[in-house]
Amino acid sequence: MTQAVNSPQFNQNARKALDDSYLQKALARSEKGFIERRKAAVEKLPEYDALRDSARDLKDHILAHLDLYLEAYEKNVIASGGHVHWAANAEEANEIILNICQRLNAKSVAKGKSMISEETGLNTYLEARGIKPIETDLGEYIIQLRGETPSHLIAPALHVTKEQIEADFRRAHTDLPPERNLDEPTSLLAEARAMLRDKFLSAEVGITGANFLIAETGSSVIVTNEGNGDLTQTLAKAHIVISSIEKVVPTREDAATFLRLLARTASGTDLSVYTTFSTGARREGDPDGPLEYHVVLLDNGRSNMLGGKFQEMLRCIRCGACMNHCPVFHAVGGHAYGWVYPGPMGAVLTPSLVGVEKGGQLPNASTFCGRCEEVCPVRIPLPKLMRNWREREFERHLQPASVRYGLGIWAMFAKRPVLYRRATALAMKLLRLLGGKGRLRSLPLASGWTRHRDFPAPQGETFQTLWKKRDASR
Amino acid sequence: MKSREAIFANIRKSLRVSNDDRLRHETVAARIEQHPRNLIPARGQKPDRERLELFLEMVESAKASIVLLETKDDIPAEVAAYLRSKNLPQSIRHGDDERLSLIPWAKERTLEVTKGASDGAQLASVSYSFGAVAESGTLVMVSGADNPTTLNFLPDHHLVVVDERDIAGDYESVWDRIRVSFGANKMPRAVNWITGPSRSGDIEQTHLLGAHGPRSLHVLVVRNS
Repeated sequence: MTQAVNSPQFNQNARKALDDSYLQKALARSEKGFIERRKAAVEKLPEYDALRDSARDLKDHILAHLDLYLEAYEKNVIASGGHVHWAANAEEANEIILNICQRLNAKSVAKGKSMISEETGLNTYLEARGIKPIETDLGEYIIQLRGETPSHLIAPALHVTKEQIEADFRRAHTDLPPERNLDEPTSLLAEARAMLRDKFLSAEVGITGANFLIAETGSSVIVTNEGNGDLTQTLAKAHIVISSIEKVVPTREDAATFLRLLARTASGTDLSVYTTFSTGARREGDPDGPLEYHVVLLDNGRSNMLGGKFQEMLRCIRCGACMNHCPVFHAVGGHAYGWVYPGPMGAVLTPSLVGVEKGGQLPNASTFCGRCEEVCPVRIPLPKLMRNWREREFERHLQPASVRYGLGIWAMFAKRPVLYRRATALAMKLLRLLGGKGRLRSLPLASGWTRHRDFPAPQGETFQTLWKKRDASR
Repeated sequence: MKSREAIFANIRKSLRVSNDDRLRHETVAARIEQHPRNLIPARGQKPDRERLELFLEMVESAKASIVLLETKDDIPAEVAAYLRSKNLPQSIRHGDDERLSLIPWAKERTLEVTKGASDGAQLASVSYSFGAVAESGTLVMVSGADNPTTLNFLPDHHLVVVDERDIAGDYESVWDRIRVSFGANKMPRAVNWITGPSRSGDIEQTHLLGAHGPRSLHVLVVRNS
């Protein structure tokens, strides 16, 4: 029941995305905002880089002791009256959640934002069994109405324009007067708030993700700006947390360190509006809160990543900064990546979780400009990890013959400097002959480039020749 | 249970560690027991007066409003004035917190005060916060009958009283106070850090106030409590 993987079609997806004028409009708008907001927030905190170092070291320490921190976490959840369920894969996680919902005769479940539930395909699974999942994060609600998946970690409806949202609301909210004015984003927000209020109050079960799990106290932590996750978990009979195993942190102090980095890097604020620490179910004398508290801990391939070449990826705290700063993501959007996790972090994580056979295309979708690594709050060397996947893809003969063949030819030249210099000098002359002083509209073997833009004809000598001359003249 | 054992076995296999390694157990137990502080930014580390000023500044930059009151006796007039300024009915709801019950609400003749959790029908609530953090202008609320969690999220307007002496520089200081009040490794059912009113950026990345939680947040700092 896992979310279907569409990543092998990355090239086709990307081509479609480049031709999608709505998407291009939405992407163009989002790029600047994310980058500028993060920059401003980071500049206001002189300790930001030192915090990143300590967060990286802390994550490495946690991962090296993951079994023991998980045991401590489990013990403290139980001690505070909660239940812990272990799921090796997506099917098990969905089944556990279904059983809880059925025991409570749940007809609908309210959902806070959770990427792990996207990974398990929970919504489709529950819906097929007669339980209606209702996404309550505004972005998630919009894409649920559209029958889509999130295209960004923290801005799931990044790819949708205001006009499209208005059309979706008119189509879905048929009880409201058709002549109502929805021109302003504020009226869209007000309508979503009103529509979802009743759903929060009537859902029997509330499901949220977790940004962190605290071993010291058995608490789960979520951050939201809307307050949707908080209503989800406070108003339902049962609160189910679905989380992956690497989210555990040792103590409340350690959670504070990560929280200082998360919102700043993600959305350029010091903190999200709501950071909520939940520990167990309603206590004696409590007038509100869930009567049951469950945590479903999902592995789904993560334990295999420990101790290996991709362990560093498990440091990720899902801020989305790598995709906010990625030129490829900004050109094609999140859906082109074909599975749950887009952008550079998705390019590394997807092959780790679904296999290089299905996810191997994604690490190729990078210019290796290195901005993702530069902005990562836990300093994941994303380009290096993508390179590891490319090597593995090559070793396992997974690329098309033309790519292997081309690489082979290039390597033959690159390993022989004299030959390389002669061949490039010759190629330059040839290109100049073809293109004159201008640009080439088409070029054999390079249609992938010339379909979208002209190829500039070389206007002088090769870089190496110029460099040599420069050296000689000094 | 089968999956639990399989997951743990696979973690240990991948990490090439054994469960009998005493040093690893001791390392983990010590970190949890001693909960050492990590790097704390200098921003909140200030003497009382400056810390209060920082808190005011950060609360406002989070788009909440804030006032300083000399004593708790000033609260009813401030609450009534706030409700009038927002064209709201003179009605609030709060929990069982004795500090709220002892406020001389009767000084405002038209103010209706009800007690208990929220069912979504209230427009304005008043809570007493456990603490606050100047570093980011954050209120720290703890759940329970004193200050029910639903009052933090369901009403359109949330008014929060905080004692000046409970405003810490950093989150770590508030964790220490929670340890004193609730026990070494214990937490109340819910701890809500609140930094400004509810908002969403999901429509074309424009930040709009008033998503699912309160549309506005008003903070009342009591100087002599």
